[in-house]
Amino acid sequence: MIDPQVFQLVCFYAFAAVTVLAALSVVTLRNSVHAVLALVLTFFSTACLWLLAEAEFLAIALIVVYVGAVMVLFLFVVMMLDIDQEQLREGFMKYLPVGLIVAVVMLVEMLCLIGVRAMNAQTMGQNPATAAGVSNTAWLGQALYTQYLLPFEVAALILTVGVVAAVALTLRQRTGVRHQQASEQVAVNARDRVRIVKMAAERPADSQPAPAQETKP
Amino acid sequence: MITLSHYIVLGAILFCISVAGLFINRKNVIVLLMAIELMLLAVNINFVAFSRFNHDVAGQVFVFFILTVAAAESAIGLAILVLLFRNRSTVNVAEIDSMKG
Repeated sequence: MIDPQVFQLVCFYAFAAVTVLAALSVVTLRNSVHAVLALVLTFFSTACLWLLAEAEFLAIALIVVYVGAVMVLFLFVVMMLDIDQEQLREGFMKYLPVGLIVAVVMLVEMLCLIGVRAMNAQTMGQNPATAAGVSNTAWLGQALYTQYLLPFEVAALILTVGVVAAVALTLRQRTGVRHQQASEQVAVNARDRVRIVKMAAERPADSQPAPAQETKP
Repeated sequence: MITLSHYIVLGAILFCISVAGLFINRKNVIVLLMAIELMLLAVNINFVAFSRFNHDVAGQVFVFFILTVAAAESAIGLAILVLLFRNRSTVNVAEIDSMKG
């Protein structure tokens, strides 16, 4: 029987390894489409890590909203644009040492700042949502709709502004395009389109026509 | 047993990877945008971890808002990218210098 805490730790290391490897391939892959797919994998394994931390709502929201909407938007744009990959890669090797040095120095500084040993004492303890007797979603929602109601509405406003800005930026007026104009279509009269004319018959109804004449237009 | 430092160190590693990505992909705007998304993710990991370990709901609420703002940011960023590609036929940062900044 495996200890559940050991199992959690093994899961954490597995998901963390996938996250870091996927993040590394995001910044190093040659093909942009592959890089976006690696980013999707990063988000997925991060969502698993959040599940381990019992932040269920955010984990599911990360997958549904972020992977489902934002990353698909990324994929659409990357696939739509016809990008010359090789030209964009030049300078990769030139900047690689600088990037590595900056990243490693930053990482070492951060790890010193964090003080890995000092925080090792802090374990997870009981889930605060469970302690309050509700699910994680209810726990989050109770705070979101009471204490953080105004920021929540501001966030909605930001999303609206984002949508409007995205549409306004990419909308373009083309000249010479034939659009359908619904208002004119609705406003039209039958009289404008079809003219009913009354005319006399070409020949009397009772007379037998000659075969040669009938074929004439 | 998972401790707080596990999550914090993971966040730091992700953040440094994305900083390195900003440096080595200086030409491609798409990868730059993706590196920014990675940075936001690293920060979110920290927020979730602190929220869980300090028993405070504020961290998770803040992650919610960061996700919202990041979604709006990437939507507008991609719109600008599409506009740029339509006008200049390139996503190369080195060629986008008409403002001479």
